[in-house]
Amino acid sequence: MSVVSEVSLDGTKLTIAIKGRFDFGSHQIFREAYERFYKVPDVYVVDLKETTYMDSSALGMLLLLRDHAGGDDAEVQVINISSDVRKILAISNFDKLFDIN
Amino acid sequence: MSALAPVLEPLTVLIAEDSATDLLLLSTIIRRQGHHVLTASNGVEAVDLFARERPQLVLMDALMPVMDGFEAARRIKQLAGEALVPIIFLTSLRQSEALAECLDAGGDDFLPKPYNPLILAAKINAMDRLRRLQATVLQQRDLIAKHHDYLLHEQRVAKAVFDKVAHSGCINAAPNIRYLQSPYALFNGDLLLAAYTPAGDMHVLLGDFTGHGLPAAVGAMPLAEVFYGMTAKGYGLTQILREMNAKLKRILPVDMFCCAALLCLSTQRRVVEVWNGGMPDGYVHEVATGKRTPLVSRHLPLGVLSAQAFEDRTEVWPMALGDRVFLLSDGVLDTADANEQLFGAERLQQVFAANREPDCLFEDIEQALAAFCGEVRDDVSMVEITLQAGQSMRATGPLYADSGQSCPLDWSVGFEFRAETLKRYNPLPYLLQLLLEIHGLREQSGALYSVMAELYSNALEHGVLGLDSRLKRDAEGFAQYYRERNERLMRLNSGYVRVQVQVAPTVTGGRMSLRIEDSGPGFDVEQVLARPLDVDRLSGRGLSLVRQLSSDVRWSDGGRSVCVEFCWEALA
Repeated sequence: MSVVSEVSLDGTKLTIAIKGRFDFGSHQIFREAYERFYKVPDVYVVDLKETTYMDSSALGMLLLLRDHAGGDDAEVQVINISSDVRKILAISNFDKLFDIN
Repeated sequence: MSALAPVLEPLTVLIAEDSATDLLLLSTIIRRQGHHVLTASNGVEAVDLFARERPQLVLMDALMPVMDGFEAARRIKQLAGEALVPIIFLTSLRQSEALAECLDAGGDDFLPKPYNPLILAAKINAMDRLRRLQATVLQQRDLIAKHHDYLLHEQRVAKAVFDKVAHSGCINAAPNIRYLQSPYALFNGDLLLAAYTPAGDMHVLLGDFTGHGLPAAVGAMPLAEVFYGMTAKGYGLTQILREMNAKLKRILPVDMFCCAALLCLSTQRRVVEVWNGGMPDGYVHEVATGKRTPLVSRHLPLGVLSAQAFEDRTEVWPMALGDRVFLLSDGVLDTADANEQLFGAERLQQVFAANREPDCLFEDIEQALAAFCGEVRDDVSMVEITLQAGQSMRATGPLYADSGQSCPLDWSVGFEFRAETLKRYNPLPYLLQLLLEIHGLREQSGALYSVMAELYSNALEHGVLGLDSRLKRDAEGFAQYYRERNERLMRLNSGYVRVQVQVAPTVTGGRMSLRIEDSGPGFDVEQVLARPLDVDRLSGRGLSLVRQLSSDVRWSDGGRSVCVEFCWEALA
């Protein structure tokens, strides 16, 4: 499991890519991925292209990110979702909180 | 001396050697290195001295009279127990087998004669490092074991409290509930609650907290308290959901929440009302046709949204007696095989299709899971509730702890609930609490609540909202009825429901009359009462129920006003 974060050149977009399992073991490293940036970006993107598995604590971590990004005013996109992860997000109705495509 | 490695702290060293010359020589070397010395001239003396003085290190001659060094080494190692007491064999033996035997007997090293003080000092220091390492490991192991015991004790206490809270409902007492819950560690992240409402309906909650163990149990406690407390007081699903969500939102950290499915099963009304936030599809199983209607998750889990954003919209499905509702946790669907393939909803559907004996459904599912992954996971929850006739309405005893010194017996009160209130407030629990101040009525609280609930919903749905109960003649119309109900209620901007309560003492006890009026167009009382009660019909149960349960029912004002009476005998 690894987490790679990258800020766009103009500093407005932070992309966090999760490789491998996205579960409780990624808690610390996922938080560090967005907390270590001094400048607050306008848009957060969580890239699940190389995520193989996701559990309910990963949903909790997405909520933490959303809270960090401003709660109801936050713009958090979740991209490159596999069909299994899509099912998990659909059951929890997380599409009501996150921009999922 | 300067060439020798520094001594960390002086050790007590036992030297067992039958040659007096060698003993003197060794003692001198070791004392010079700063250690205390004990001496023995054979194995028996060495073992006795060890038992008495507990030296930290032993230099042992292999060949000695009375008891040789090999036997003495075995006994000393036994006496030392878990602590490492290094034994260095002193030997003039040269054959490999003899040297190996020294180590086999429990020796940690050997030193060939003649003695080289430099090598001897280095070996003592090396052995002392090992000895300290072993002591540290043991000390930390004991500390961890102590902490672990302490943690287990705390968990046991917490679980005892948790079990009292989580299992105080009717989950084990009700004959129509079957459930299966496998424990994960001491607590289960899954929570299963069931309780009767004052009207005899059953509320069931299957929840799944993020995480397991203590954190999950901490959230489960307030959830269970709200569920039992509000169910017993007669609150409906939407109020209970709002309270649970608000409470969890307030107390849980941002990344913790509770997926939950909440049901209200009503035998009287032959319906199940459902709210599903984040749980896998449950199913209503129509036994006559074999049809299974999925109960789909339409909402975010509890504890995520603020009170303003929370959605309390429920769905209502008709049920016949004998029909079943099935709920499950994601542990069932997320069971993975060796290739990380998930069991999934489709395989569950196949189990449903293959199931011949409804009472064996759990076993069938467990077998399918076991065949799929080789073992059943340890966080699987399933519950199935059958709609059964004959759940009697009971007095809600434990709610009222006052001694009954002041029982009001001659009073009246009136309320008018207007549009904005009707939209989102359920006045029934409040009215019930008020009426149960009258001790004589407490025995009849179940019937009282049922009648009140029926008359109130008639006044609201048929009176104020103008819905026609004949819509509910089949399952489709049924769904349409409840959709219409929600839509009309949301648009409502005028109308009222009035409630009048009159309490008066009588010669033998007392009498309470309850009048409910609505702003609707009224209805043809005689015609509606003359309709035959068709057991298969989904509508029209309310009025016959009301007539069964109260001593007198009268309509007036063209059906816009209804009055029921309840009488009681004075308490002895």
